[in-house]
Amino acid sequence: MDEKSKSNMSRRKFIRNSSYAAGGLIGGGILGSIIGTNYFGETEQPSTGSSKESNFNRALMYFTRQSDFQILSAATERIYPKDENGAGAIQLGVPYFIDHELAGAYGHNEREYMKGPFFSGTDYQGYQTPLKRHDVFMAGIRAMEQESKSNYDASFIDLEGEQQDEILKKFENDEVKLKHVSSAYFFEMLRTATISGAYADPLYGGNADMEAWKMKNFPGSQMTYLNKIGSEKFIEMKPKSLRDHLS
Amino acid sequence: MAKKLNKVDVVTVGVGWAGGIIASELTKAGLKVVGLERGEERTTEDFQMVHDEYRYAIRYELMQDLSKETITFRNSLNEQALPMRQYGAFLIGTGVGGAGAHWNGDTWFFSPYDFEIKSMTDKKYGKNKLPKEYTLQDWGITYDELAPYYHQFEKMAGTSGELNPLRPERTEEYPTPPMKSTPILDRYMEAAKKLKLHPFRQPSANISEVYKNPDGQTLNQCQYCGFCEKFGCEYGAKSSPNVTVIPTALKTGNFELRTHANVTGIIHDGNKATGVRYVDVQTGEEFDQLADVVVLTSYTLNNTRLLLQSELGRPYNPETGTGVIGKNYCYQITAVATGFFKERFNAAMGAGSLGTTLDDYNNDNFDHSDLDFIHGGSITMKQLGKRPINENGAPSGTPRWGKEFKAESIKWFNRSIPVTSQGASMPHRNNYLSLDPTYKDAYGNPLLRMTYDFTKQDQALYKYITARCAEILTEMGAEVVEPKELTEHFDIVPAQNDHITGGVIMGADPETSALNNYLQMWDVDNVFVIGASAFAHNGGYNPTGTVGALAYRAAEGILKYREQKGQLVKRESSNKLA
Ligand SMILES: Cc1cc2nc3c(=O)[nH]c(=O)nc-3n(C[C@H](O)[C@H](O)[C@H](O)COP(=O)(O)OP(=O)(O)OC[C@H]3O[C@@H](n4cnc5c(N)ncnc54)[C@H](O)[C@@H]3O)c2cc1C
Ligand code: SF4
Repeated sequence: MDEKSKSNMSRRKFIRNSSYAAGGLIGGGILGSIIGTNYFGETEQPSTGSSKESNFNRALMYFTRQSDFQILSAATERIYPKDENGAGAIQLGVPYFIDHELAGAYGHNEREYMKGPFFSGTDYQGYQTPLKRHDVFMAGIRAMEQESKSNYDASFIDLEGEQQDEILKKFENDEVKLKHVSSAYFFEMLRTATISGAYADPLYGGNADMEAWKMKNFPGSQMTYLNKIGSEKFIEMKPKSLRDHLS
Repeated sequence: MAKKLNKVDVVTVGVGWAGGIIASELTKAGLKVVGLERGEERTTEDFQMVHDEYRYAIRYELMQDLSKETITFRNSLNEQALPMRQYGAFLIGTGVGGAGAHWNGDTWFFSPYDFEIKSMTDKKYGKNKLPKEYTLQDWGITYDELAPYYHQFEKMAGTSGELNPLRPERTEEYPTPPMKSTPILDRYMEAAKKLKLHPFRQPSANISEVYKNPDGQTLNQCQYCGFCEKFGCEYGAKSSPNVTVIPTALKTGNFELRTHANVTGIIHDGNKATGVRYVDVQTGEEFDQLADVVVLTSYTLNNTRLLLQSELGRPYNPETGTGVIGKNYCYQITAVATGFFKERFNAAMGAGSLGTTLDDYNNDNFDHSDLDFIHGGSITMKQLGKRPINENGAPSGTPRWGKEFKAESIKWFNRSIPVTSQGASMPHRNNYLSLDPTYKDAYGNPLLRMTYDFTKQDQALYKYITARCAEILTEMGAEVVEPKELTEHFDIVPAQNDHITGGVIMGADPETSALNNYLQMWDVDNVFVIGASAFAHNGGYNPTGTVGALAYRAAEGILKYREQKGQLVKRESSNKLA
């Protein structure tokens, strides 16, 4: 049941139909800058984030060793693999998303409470470690490689998919010892970051060409659903990214 | 040395809904008001790039910066409390507009039963319905007394809605008609009716049509953009302090809004406050803002913390049950069941409070004689607008990562939808707020310590209501229906509910409450404490309608206080202590 309803409402019609025109009100929000931009796809802009053109965002900001980055990449691909639905984590740019996030506020826990003293606490008190996220990632990645070398005598990146899964499961089940943090916590962070990178707006370097949104039939950042919200039919739309809102 | 600033009529600590309402009402009456807000300035213009799930709903850009200040948490009295180091269970707002800038917009009136819960429960079920560890209290005000203020809040906010068949005491229509419905909400409506329940389109501050409020502020029409809860509205369509009361206050010329001003204490001289001390968080300078009346509008947590830290009022002691500041901290019990359907819905479209709900299992609308709990919760299906990072649900048994996870989470994205309940939360002797002995905030002051766990009452209520949520989904024809289980203890990690209440409660008796029904402190006549901190328990609805109503009543109280000074309400002392 893939009913397609083309969204070809023109911008003029949108403004006529919406309350803004009716009340002569421009809210000052996105609409304030709508005039002259291409919200309704009248003029297509070339997509960004695509591997077809050179993309200077695809470089390392946090990792210094390429091997660490490759291990991370392989792990994310097992969490969100390429399949018949479409692209996997690597093709979507998830490892770059994570690299860039680790270099910034996220990786450095800028908005988390990081003062001591540190105690491990009960199962209900949440994470309690002095390590910042980038430290946890680094420790986790190095430990994955260590596990791989001692169990299979090979680098994580050279293992079969199933073997990589076995290692990831050990982390998930908290069977690997890391300094000052549980391996389950690292795995949880890796999983969340992978999903975030796949589905965040492409502005962050993942979700290349909005492919992950297309797989999920998520329309991204649309201006309005005022005239669609009541539809009995499922409406497929070409997704829009925040780039489309920048005038 | 803190720099002394000239005295003003009123200073408010925090500029969200509560601070905004106080500012607008008092400045319209000609008073000079200074609003101190720890966060940054924020207007509709700041929301032009807001459709960003990662920034706002995952990294919580609009919420309080926990590196500066958080709470510590423990489940029980004999545990060591530890800091909530990152966000999880609940979120706390900051910046101009407070959490009102990014709330959903569900706008409710608590029920007549809520305000007189203790008397009504005792009368109907006898004195021992709940064991004595539950510190249930009446609020010192009735629904009828508060009703006019509720309507005042709604008219200011322009709330869209439809009359609730089980709330006959409401006499006025909503200022604007209900929002548009959707196929999934229609189905909920039909299924609930088949089950002989009483569904209706729930009240919403995502406004259904252009609306001009009595203060002359215009709200726009909701575009159902799907980025509402945790996001600001780029259209100025969601009623928020930023598009209503704050501009109204500023327009009078009597309101000075000072941002980046973090209040660290109330300055007082015995039983009278003389002002507040704050830090300019950008420069580190300290100031004393002197004022005739000090109004705490800094939300449940900081309202409580500032009183404890400033040694105003009597701190609550769980061992003896005496004292009031910190008492009756409550959460809300979010019962939820998810339905997985064969067909696809336009699940990405939606709005923060676009929903259909029913009250058949809320308040005392059903007989509790044979049940081991009181109260209940509203049961709602909402179409919030699903977003892809947060929504990866699939029937249980699906792996959490890998090939099958990916395929299933993609498959169900537009096919699953939850029925949720805001379950009421009853106060318990051991659930309370106090100052932490170990951990400090960025300014060297103790963090607030939360001691909280689910009670037997919570567990029983959760179980009962979750089963009701599931029944409706089954009637709706969901292929798979999955009720969620409550964790054994309250867990600070998973997101649950943003409605936390109590700590500075209102009541008729100064022995057992901190505030009278104008939210004036019993112990300090020129301090008013406004927010969900005043709730003596938490009801089965979202809290902000009630916060707003209480703020309008407090504004009236402050104006009265200017005329007559002293206590506005006669003390009623409890028999047991007399
Ligand atoms: C994501 C989310 C969704 C919600 N949805 C709903 C809903 O649909 N319906 C509903 O009824 N409720 C909802 N709520 C709750 C609602 O937002 C609050 O009830 C309401 O905003 C409370 O208003 P307030 O003014 O009391 O507090 P706040 O909005 O929290 O405002 C308090 C202000 O005080 C400031 N402040 C705190 N401490 C200090 C200090 N020391 N110095 C200076 N300033 C200080 C804060 O920065 C803040 O701006 C939601 C909450 C969240 C987080
Ligand atoms: S859903 Fe409506 S009220 Fe909410 S942010 Fe979008 S347009 Fe604004």
